[in-house]
Amino acid sequence: MTSLSGRSKVVVKKEMTLAERMYLPAILGGVIITLKHLFKRKATVKYPEKKREFSAVWRGQHVLKRDDKGAERCTACGLCAVACPAEAITMTAGERKKGEENLYREEKYATTYEINMLRCIFCGLCEEACPKEAIFLTDRLVPTEFGRGEFIYGKDKLVEPVDNRVDVTKRQTPAVLEFKKHKNLSHNR
Amino acid sequence: MTLYAFYFISFLAVLSALMVVFSRNPIHSVLYLVITFFCVACHYLLLNAQFLAAVHVIVYAGAIMVLFLYVIMLLNLNKDDESQKSNLWKAGAVITSGLLLVVFVGALRGAEAESVSFASSNNTGLVKNLGRLLFNEFLLPFEIVSILLLAAMVGAVMLGKTHMKRAKEIAHEKNGRGSVASARGIGNIKELTK
Amino acid sequence: MSEVLTFKLILVFSIFGVTLLIAMYSTYLERKVAAFIQDRVGPDRAGPFGLLQPLADGVKMFMKEEIIPNVSNKFLFIVGPCVAMLTAIMAGVVIPWGGTLTINGTQYNLQIADLNIGILYIFGVVSIGVYGIMIGGWASNNKFSLLGAIRASAQMISYELAMGLSIIALIMITGTLSLQEIAAQQGGGVGSDWNMWNIVYQPIGFMIFIICAFAECNRMPFDLPETETELVGGYHTEYSSMKLGFYLFAEYINMFTSSAVMATLYFGGYNIPFINDLGLDPNVATILGTVFFFMKIGFFIFFFMWIRWTLPRFRYDQLMNLGWKILIPLAIANVAVTGLVMILMD
Repeated sequence: MTSLSGRSKVVVKKEMTLAERMYLPAILGGVIITLKHLFKRKATVKYPEKKREFSAVWRGQHVLKRDDKGAERCTACGLCAVACPAEAITMTAGERKKGEENLYREEKYATTYEINMLRCIFCGLCEEACPKEAIFLTDRLVPTEFGRGEFIYGKDKLVEPVDNRVDVTKRQTPAVLEFKKHKNLSHNR
Repeated sequence: MTLYAFYFISFLAVLSALMVVFSRNPIHSVLYLVITFFCVACHYLLLNAQFLAAVHVIVYAGAIMVLFLYVIMLLNLNKDDESQKSNLWKAGAVITSGLLLVVFVGALRGAEAESVSFASSNNTGLVKNLGRLLFNEFLLPFEIVSILLLAAMVGAVMLGKTHMKRAKEIAHEKNGRGSVASARGIGNIKELTK
Repeated sequence: MSEVLTFKLILVFSIFGVTLLIAMYSTYLERKVAAFIQDRVGPDRAGPFGLLQPLADGVKMFMKEEIIPNVSNKFLFIVGPCVAMLTAIMAGVVIPWGGTLTINGTQYNLQIADLNIGILYIFGVVSIGVYGIMIGGWASNNKFSLLGAIRASAQMISYELAMGLSIIALIMITGTLSLQEIAAQQGGGVGSDWNMWNIVYQPIGFMIFIICAFAECNRMPFDLPETETELVGGYHTEYSSMKLGFYLFAEYINMFTSSAVMATLYFGGYNIPFINDLGLDPNVATILGTVFFFMKIGFFIFFFMWIRWTLPRFRYDQLMNLGWKILIPLAIANVAVTGLVMILMD
């Protein structure tokens, strides 16, 4: 097999010369390498003071979006749960009552909606599957907890507050926006 | 002051020497023996023989007793697998050691008690004086001792060599019979020690 | 008389304190050096540059639950770390930390005790140091501890031989066993009393000595008694709290004393080259010399760490081969060659 990188070396098992068997030149070489590293720039980022920027496509904690009037977009169709490869999403559907029009956009809505953050692999398939643009992954981190139960996020943690909207424009890449324009695709109907 | 120190150290030495004999656990015996050696080193110091004291600690406490401890740890001696000696053995041991005692007492009775000066101005024990003594007056005994050590060393090497040879032979036989057993490894050593 | 006694007492306590302080900060330095060599920053949270880290570690060590295994030999389990710590600290007695100070017309030596068998004393103390490890390892009643203890004893005895032989060549040149005299021999100015450091006469002896020092301190290329990857923690597997701290501390103190011994024997001790020609006040020169001595020690401690984070660990048979088949013959040859040269020079 030819080497693509051209850096591979053929290993030859030969008798070592006296200089090699004394190991001292090799040890000296190693010591010089470590000395060089002593003065190299450090790769560490001092976290709490200095935070690294998230990438534009970072997939963090989920959010259930509301529409412009503040009503929940989710209609409990269950497509996200079906799409989820980690089986992290469960929900129960309910019917909207009279007088709740400002709370839920569609006639059917999710009475409970749970994501198990220990199961979730943050792949973003739920976001892709959602026909109502209700669920998005954001650039927030899932905080650590002491118990396993606290990692099952209900609607209280997932639905965005009315007065404190979560910005998901980063997730609306040109490609996504272009795709959403095609109304003939069943996904966007 | 020196006298009190002498009595204290002697008491400690005798006590720990007795404990060497009476303690059931061999590890404890070894550790008591180390304490005894320290007391003896302290006696050397009282005689202003610093060199002897240091060498005594290095050689006896630092090397030989470590080897003893090493071997006892490897043997894993316990109370339960301590072999029961028959009464005949015990009687034999008592008679033998009694005879040894008689020999010692006889030898000591015959010896003239020479007066030894314990003055601290006696500097024989210091390195330079000791070296001069060893390499002038006592050169012959000194060299004979080194030959004794050499003989011990040669003996040890010889024992090791024959073991290696036998191990190779056994491995050869095994391989000849078509066994897959490798030439090295613990299996053969176990076979040898049987 | 009482003034000298007071001075010695002050010296004893200050050296005790300095030894512990240096051992404490060696742990900090070790972590920093490791981090820097691996392109990291290391501890930097406790205090400025993480300088309070050793204190935080110490507090943690004291607060930890003290566990004595049920099946262990309780008395020896406690004696082990005590012996390790005691012997580590005892070695500092004969090291000359500086020249002479003159206060009110009385001359004070910056050395606790000038034994005329100084080197042998250090050897004796070091050889007793094995018991700390062996007793602790055996008393733990744990197979990993026992293996660590057995490895430690075999390793230390093997390397003590080569170490002693490498020193013999040096003693043949200096003609004394007293560390004070050896250090004084390496001083001097430009004039008639010009003296080189012993490293110039004994480079091979120094090489052997430093390799053996690595082995005696159980430092990295030879840290077989405490290999984490093979023996969990070696002889201190079962130890916790401050008893573990004692073992770790003893290791760093051993490193400090062996650095001091190396600096004294081969690198001129407290002597600064040509300091006598500057015409300084003797007291100032002495203090400068002590500072310089500690700088040398610091370099050697750094060297210990530098090697630790460079070289991989030896295998046990390689360790024994190096000790018995290479270092000891080399040391004997070194003694023979030194003797020959000395006879020819006469």
